[in-house]
Amino acid sequence: MTGVAGATVLRLTGLAKAFPGVQALREATLEVRSGEVHALVGENGAGKSTLLRIVTGAHAADRGVVELDGVARRFAGPRDARRRGVAAIYQELSLVPALSARANLFLGVERRRGLWLDEAVERREAAAALARVGAACDVEAPVRDLSVAAQQLVEIARALRADARLLILDEPTAALTPRESARLLALLGELRARGLAILFVSHRLDEVLRIADRVTVMRDGATLGTWAAAGLSRRTLIERMVGRPLGEEYPKAAAARGAPRLEARDLRGGPVRGVSFTVRAGEVLGIAGLAGAGRTETARLVFGADRRAGGTLLVDGRPVDVRSPRDAIRHGVCLLTEDRKGQGLVLGLSARDNFALPNLARWSRRGWIDGARENAAFLRHVEALDIRIASPRQRAGDLSGGNQQKLLVARWLESDSRVLIFDEPTRGIDVGARHEMYLLINALAARGKAIVMISSDLPEALGMSDRIVVMHAGRIAGEIADMAGATQERVMELATGGGATGPRPGGERVN
Amino acid sequence: MTPDRGASASRRARLGAGFARLAAEYGMLGVLLLLCAFFSVVTLREQQPDGAAAAAAVAARIAREAPQATIVIVPRPGEEGGRFAAALAARRPGSGRLVMLRCDSPAALRDGLARIPASEAGGPEPVIATTADYAPTVRGVLAALPAAAGTRVIVPPSYRWPTFLLVENLRNVANQIAVIAIVAIGMTIVIITAGIDLSVGSLIAFAAVAVAWLIGRFGGQAASPAAMLLAGALAVLLCGGVGAFSGLMITRFGVPPFIATLGMMQVASGVAYIVSRGRPIYEIPASFVALGRGVDPWLGIPHAVVLMLALYAAAHLVMSRTALGRHVYAVGGNPEAARLAGVRVKGVLMFAYALCGALAGLGGVVTASQLRSGAPTYGLMYELYVIAAVVVGGTSLSGGEGRILGTLIGAFIIAVIQNGMNLTNVESYTQKVVLGLVILGAVLLDRLKQRDWRRLSAGARGEAGS
Repeated sequence: MTGVAGATVLRLTGLAKAFPGVQALREATLEVRSGEVHALVGENGAGKSTLLRIVTGAHAADRGVVELDGVARRFAGPRDARRRGVAAIYQELSLVPALSARANLFLGVERRRGLWLDEAVERREAAAALARVGAACDVEAPVRDLSVAAQQLVEIARALRADARLLILDEPTAALTPRESARLLALLGELRARGLAILFVSHRLDEVLRIADRVTVMRDGATLGTWAAAGLSRRTLIERMVGRPLGEEYPKAAAARGAPRLEARDLRGGPVRGVSFTVRAGEVLGIAGLAGAGRTETARLVFGADRRAGGTLLVDGRPVDVRSPRDAIRHGVCLLTEDRKGQGLVLGLSARDNFALPNLARWSRRGWIDGARENAAFLRHVEALDIRIASPRQRAGDLSGGNQQKLLVARWLESDSRVLIFDEPTRGIDVGARHEMYLLINALAARGKAIVMISSDLPEALGMSDRIVVMHAGRIAGEIADMAGATQERVMELATGGGATGPRPGGERVN
Repeated sequence: MTPDRGASASRRARLGAGFARLAAEYGMLGVLLLLCAFFSVVTLREQQPDGAAAAAAVAARIAREAPQATIVIVPRPGEEGGRFAAALAARRPGSGRLVMLRCDSPAALRDGLARIPASEAGGPEPVIATTADYAPTVRGVLAALPAAAGTRVIVPPSYRWPTFLLVENLRNVANQIAVIAIVAIGMTIVIITAGIDLSVGSLIAFAAVAVAWLIGRFGGQAASPAAMLLAGALAVLLCGGVGAFSGLMITRFGVPPFIATLGMMQVASGVAYIVSRGRPIYEIPASFVALGRGVDPWLGIPHAVVLMLALYAAAHLVMSRTALGRHVYAVGGNPEAARLAGVRVKGVLMFAYALCGALAGLGGVVTASQLRSGAPTYGLMYELYVIAAVVVGGTSLSGGEGRILGTLIGAFIIAVIQNGMNLTNVESYTQKVVLGLVILGAVLLDRLKQRDWRRLSAGARGEAGS
């Protein structure tokens, strides 16, 4: 990838920023030139978001200098930054859902003729602006009816209309399909050719290495350095991010298998049309498949979160009647949802209260909670799982993704779960913590737990499972028992309907 | 930044966060104390002792100034004067004769006073003992009697003290707030579940009418204490049932709490009017007022206030120390996550609305007892006062957070402001405006304070870091 290495647009020197209880940024130094795509990578909590917020004027730095086109600036707020040519596109898009693409594009800068909106001019200019970013969408449709990718393009179009010189994108491809991602990356290439400076944050390192000209790595609130992307490998990049040499990416350890822990027979309900599988003690069963194949729904049926239309469940060989999550928990089955913030945790409650939620009866006498025993149990797990928290009263919403996941594992271990169903166990968790998660799954299997792991990350599913079942259209399309001979192509063949359409090219994430 | 300075910065940050928490938890208590101090200062007046206190002061004066004189006790007509006279007589001030002169009219007073000097010719001058508020009348009568013109009148000395802090006034404040505070317990729990209950005002009226009507069925004026207790319990249970019905609409059919309870607000009010035919029900034994107006024999605390305090203690423990309490917070914070953690979300919501209804019913029974009647007009607009108390007390309307004891403070803030304005003769229309602004101000203050602390503690660390 080549870029016209132009003048420096943005230069950050020695930025620092603290929040109550945490030094989010210690020392950040960074330079973005016009006509380059500059990637910013680092684990969650490395300080990327804080850095972006300072550049976009949402936070003021405690010290350090932000220079835009060689002039030191202190932005009064996001509006000020935008006026000076800094545009940011976050994961949570900032469009008004009920308004049309046109209305969103001209929000705050409406074209007027006297008192009235000049809709004809707006429509013409909107169509041109959207065409420039390759968005083929109806300018009058409410943006909530557009796909996430199209909404993103509307935001980029808005930024370009406002004469942005520096475009900041925070995880732009996180919610996109592989094809949409490819299209977006191509657009970034075009914008670079037009001399725009682009700073983008991504966890997808393959994508970073493909599109970026230079990469800046952050760790523990500081920038480590900037390297030309051409000379980097995925592995060295990860090692710089986590600050230690990387061992095996998937440290699979085989545990002794025991008797079947969970047997599902002909489960039906919603999009699930008859699913049967068995997991043994000490075994990790991977469930692969495309989005919409019914994997999450299967897990929810097992856990009693959705109403079952048919099928039976056996735990440790005994049939169990699971009608609610409560029943499942009582029988030692638990679900760690993909959406930890929306479905796993009560973000406003403390870490300890979240841990305790299903387990309160264990430390209660006649309904009264014995706080000391509760605290002791919590601290025991915090130590055993190495959960990093400032205090038991820290809000669960303030923990990193990895620690939130560990908190949930601790919760279910305390309630004596014997079957743990992980739905996308490492989504949103950064590279270092991901490795820890794998080791934790190994340890759980070694303790005789049965693990069901739903994963869209094919290398992960292949690397961490003892056996994989692949779902397609609400059914099990096939099983791969011999992991030595398993390939991504074989899984994709089953996931797309038994090889009728052939394996899909490229893209390691399938969702 | 050196590691050492980093450590001290993080220590400061922790300290800042600690202060912020303290300010957030007890900020409203500070506001309450400030309000009390303010109204104490502006109501600082010359106070005239009354009743037993006046008797003690007068007795001391007599012992000092006229130990041998004949004492003529001239109490003001009425209950308070009677207490003064009885207390003074019991103290037997001085060694002279005691004459009790109870007169119901100025004419009788003149006749009585006219006889005194004649009967005591030759002895030491008689002295008249009375209270300050009656002294002008007594002096006026004496001035018109030439024979008695020089008679001394002894009154208790006045003292400076805030009217706001008089025991009777404080008791008054507590009594006024008891009903709202009791109902606000249920409302706090409902609001923590991210709901709302608009029917509590109507349920107060409904319960007051129900208890009065039931006592009427159980014998009216002649109803036994057990019958009254039963009537009260039934009224509370009925209201709990109404709350449970709202809960059912919300959990079973997904009706938004605002709408479900708005409907029940109309229904309960309508039923109260139907049952009472739109008129207050008065056929209640006098002993029924013990709950609302009675005071305990030791400290003189009203029973309604004792009941309120006991309920707050219990609710606080339930919310902070039991699984049920935790579940309430979890359901309010994220119902789906709570359900997937095995919490019976619908059960928790049913509990919250049923309890809120039952406590509103209890509030209605207390109201009926205070007023010794049940009328469908009671509790009008109370839902708004109750919600105001909850919000001023720091509970978030978006659910998931809030404290029971905060609500108690919130209720007191509202009561103190109302009472203070009454004492300073603020017009009732103006009071409404002030109260509305205070509610907005309290919430605003809470917001600003939290934001300020964040900025302040961040600033302290910026300094440490540079």
